[in-house]
Amino acid sequence: MSRILPADFSDRSFPDAPPSLWRRMMRSGRVVVGGAILLLVAAACLVSLPRTLDPDLENHFYYDGGADNWDWRAPPAAAEPALWFGTDNLGRSLLARCLTGGAISLAIGLAAAVIAVVLGVSVGMVAGYRGGWTDAGLMRFVDVMYGLPYVLMIIILKISLENPLQKLFDPKVGNLIVLFLAIGLVSWLTMARVIRGQVLSLRGQPFIEAARAAGLTERRIFLHHLLPNLIGPILVYATLTVPQAILQESFLSFLGIGIQKPLPTWGSLTSEALEANAILGGRWWLLAFPSALLGLTLLCLNFVGDGLRDVLDPKRSSSRL
Amino acid sequence: MLRFLALRIAQFPLILAVIYLVTFLLVWVAPGSPFDRTERVVDPRVTELRKRQLHAEHWNTFLAHYSRQVLLHGDFGPSLAQAQFSVNEILARALPTSAALGCLAMLIATVGGLGIGVISAVRRGGAMDWIGLSVALVGISLPSFVVAAVLLMTFAVFWHWFPPNGWGTWRHMVLPSVALSLMPMAYISRLMRVSMLEILSSDYVRTARAKGLSRPAVVWKHCFRNAFLPVLSYLGPATAMTLTGSFVVEHVFNIAGMGREFVASVQNRDQTLVLGVVVVYSVLLLGLNLLVDVLYTLVDPRIELTAKAHGA
Repeated sequence: MSRILPADFSDRSFPDAPPSLWRRMMRSGRVVVGGAILLLVAAACLVSLPRTLDPDLENHFYYDGGADNWDWRAPPAAAEPALWFGTDNLGRSLLARCLTGGAISLAIGLAAAVIAVVLGVSVGMVAGYRGGWTDAGLMRFVDVMYGLPYVLMIIILKISLENPLQKLFDPKVGNLIVLFLAIGLVSWLTMARVIRGQVLSLRGQPFIEAARAAGLTERRIFLHHLLPNLIGPILVYATLTVPQAILQESFLSFLGIGIQKPLPTWGSLTSEALEANAILGGRWWLLAFPSALLGLTLLCLNFVGDGLRDVLDPKRSSSRL
Repeated sequence: MLRFLALRIAQFPLILAVIYLVTFLLVWVAPGSPFDRTERVVDPRVTELRKRQLHAEHWNTFLAHYSRQVLLHGDFGPSLAQAQFSVNEILARALPTSAALGCLAMLIATVGGLGIGVISAVRRGGAMDWIGLSVALVGISLPSFVVAAVLLMTFAVFWHWFPPNGWGTWRHMVLPSVALSLMPMAYISRLMRVSMLEILSSDYVRTARAKGLSRPAVVWKHCFRNAFLPVLSYLGPATAMTLTGSFVVEHVFNIAGMGREFVASVQNRDQTLVLGVVVVYSVLLLGLNLLVDVLYTLVDPRIELTAKAHGA
């Protein structure tokens, strides 16, 4: 009599085992190239941060080419590192400004993505899994939020959170946190919709039914059974949220309610350049460098996002863009 | 179909009421009010009187008065920050400008986006594909104020082809609408390219080619319609957004449109004007989304609109 042996899954080298997440990501040329450039830009911004933000080293911000030839509108020059990007209206090194601005812009993008993931995934998962009134209520709420212009939401979040948070923290830090929150809190809607859709289709599948029949708690089902199957869409939409958030910050800076001076972001540097009439005044570098960095970074983020969508989101990966 | 339409239209007032209430809540809880935005020291009694005149002394007087006015007369009341104008006057002045600009922008975006999408899908990997892709990527990777400013500098200041600002003739509309069209054009061309590629590799296309139909005939007659569907669903919200104007473009080209009024109204906490603009925007959004659903059936007769299939 042969006994029925429990299946042995210890050997993980199934011939048809799907390749790991990392492998699949690395297969897309766009993800690799875009990701590499992004890492480079982010590393440059982060590594230089202690130097560009240190109050004792404030002079590194300012280009001082010696008392005789002090120039507060120096064009870019290859000889002096502080002058690679030229200087701005106040004689600050534009390179240093761009590096700090990049770090802040990327931080805003990341914070928005984190908030979007946490809020969007929890709302989407609960709505999709529970169904019924919970689903209807949550999704109608998302619909109403979609119907409101996001400009209204951002500005109102910004002005209502500004005061309490600036009292709680240092004004500069408070301003940053407000920006993170205001942009993050308008960015989770798409994520919630996508996750809900995925959960709806996962919910009917046997493995979830089995988990429920085995009496697992809802929390365990969410964290151990649903979440691992949602990693693909979460990664894709998180990556696509980052450029959106950076653009929204630049829009806020353009309105004059973005980051507080003297802290820069790429968005505020570009809008300052426009205010200073950079092109007509012949100081093209004020506009060219920040907007080139902004454009390049957003380009790479969109590249990576699209590439990830192709390899990770099977429903929409019909063809390559 | 008729049932579907009736059901959807019957929901409009409800959705609009919810949006009106949520917007009201948002602008009312936000700190600051249009009455304390003046440099002069005003006697508190004057402010109080002014508030009472405008029914803005308390949230329930505001809501009771203005929501009734809107419901009964379609009147959004006076603008709280620009007291000499009523909200309806401001909307009547700004909406046609933004609508004209938005229509032209959407026309450029749709024609350009569809063209780029189709050509880059047909000539995949070719020069046109790369050019199209770069236009699309510039559209979504640069803030619109940078694009607008560069357009302004190049075509208005250096070459004097178009006037740099103002409003009136078609020449005034060209640059702003091009600037406004880049973003939707980018999305449309990406959507179109992806769905076109998918359809070009389907069996019925091969069959059509095998039967001896010419390439253009297959592409434009057989594929275009089917590939257009995903674009169509994007067009609804995109048009609503473009019609109500983009603040940035209006600001750069100095045009008095909806976007500018909207941002100014939010910044001034001009509650009545915010409500007016949001309601106009929502009506456009709802109407255009419905229009898209109806157009779906025209483009693709296989789709049947039923109240059930669309759930809510």
